[in-house]
Amino acid sequence: MCTTCGCGVGEARVEGHHHHHHDHDHPHDHPHDHGAADRLVRVEQDILAHNDTHAAANRARFAERGIFAVNLVSSPGSGKTTLLARTLADLLARVPCAVIEGDQQTDHDAERIRAAGAPAVQVNTGKGCHLDAHMVGHALDALDPAADSLLFIENVGNLVCPAAFDLGEAHKVVVLSVTEGDDKPLKYPDMFAAADLMVLNKADLLPHVDFDVDRCVDFARRVRPDLPVVQLSATKGDGLDGWYAWLLDGHRRAAGRADAAE
Amino acid sequence: MHEMSLAEGVLRIIEAQAREQDFTRVKTVRLELGQLSHAAPEALAFCYDAVVRGTVAEGSRLEIVRTPGQAQCLACDRTVALARRYDPCPHCGGHRLQVIAGEEMRVKELEVQ
Ligand SMILES: Nc1nc2c(ncn2[C@@H]2O[C@H](COP(=O)(O)OP(=O)(O)OP(=O)(O)O)[C@@H](O)[C@H]2O)c(=O)[nH]1
Ligand SMILES: [Mg+2]
Ligand SMILES: [Zn+2]
Ligand SMILES: [Zn+2]
Repeated sequence: MCTTCGCGVGEARVEGHHHHHHDHDHPHDHPHDHGAADRLVRVEQDILAHNDTHAAANRARFAERGIFAVNLVSSPGSGKTTLLARTLADLLARVPCAVIEGDQQTDHDAERIRAAGAPAVQVNTGKGCHLDAHMVGHALDALDPAADSLLFIENVGNLVCPAAFDLGEAHKVVVLSVTEGDDKPLKYPDMFAAADLMVLNKADLLPHVDFDVDRCVDFARRVRPDLPVVQLSATKGDGLDGWYAWLLDGHRRAAGRADAAE
Repeated sequence: MHEMSLAEGVLRIIEAQAREQDFTRVKTVRLELGQLSHAAPEALAFCYDAVVRGTVAEGSRLEIVRTPGQAQCLACDRTVALARRYDPCPHCGGHRLQVIAGEEMRVKELEVQ
């Protein structure tokens, strides 16, 4: 059941959630009264207002339960799922974790996360190029993450569209792999401007590619001043300490705030 | 193409207004799209036409007003115009800029019948 909205999730499919398909219930033959006078209706509403209402509901849910939610955004194949599987292997013994996986099709990534030992729910967006806050709300119903947990939301691989949609997360984390080119922050500035952390992944490949880390970081900080950066290799494990320190710090704060509010 | 979702957002607002304000046809929709916002106006207009087919807004005209980007320079403490996110401060050449305007995506008003 949809608690926040009572409406449909369009063509998105949330694993374990049977959603009615929603269509606009408008009349298809509208009588045109050409005699009626035109009038002006002042609206002044944000186009994303609907998404933002759901995002606020998700955020309130996280705050109440001390959940630290991060939204991982990147182009396809930067290594988000690899990084998550490794992170879960290293952190699950210390902190409860849960994952929402967003992809257009397949539940491969949720399977990989479950194999790593964490509860996961797959959201398939169909033709959709990003997760929205409404889909995440449904995924939360199905997942029901534990109090004081770390919640990872892996967005659809796409360096443009997910930037516009607040999911209620504490932070967007942009993952950029060194095989993608060091000028990505300037080519896709909206995503880097929306992020609170940049993970530079596949650092093990640096000797083999023409990627200038300083130049990349400089570009990223032109669109997002002071953006913190963690350079790591999800497969080899180098640099993971910085990533874990950032996560655990956020996790501690989120849990602390929820305790103080009780 | 997230402009499809944005166009659906515009239609959602229009349909809610049609119920509240009791109109059956929309002639013009005026939107404000900041220069630094997440939408490309051409893509949004294209998606809008597709999305409003068979609704109260079918055939309506979408008027998009671009609003300029503005930032506060954290280094020289001035308010400056910002056309693109990666542009430097025109005074000090620095990039420590906090965007303060130009990200809005709003439905301003409707001309209805
Ligand atoms: N060399 C190297 N390869 C990596 C690293 N991290 C991930 N990969 C490889 O990159 C490929 C894509 O990894 P995924 O984890 O599936 O990437 P993703 O971002 O989840 O991809 P999508 O969900 O499809 O957007 C796989 O072949 C990984 O093994 C790394 O640190 N170093
Ligand atoms: Mg993945
Ligand atoms: Zn719903
Ligand atoms: Zn300046």
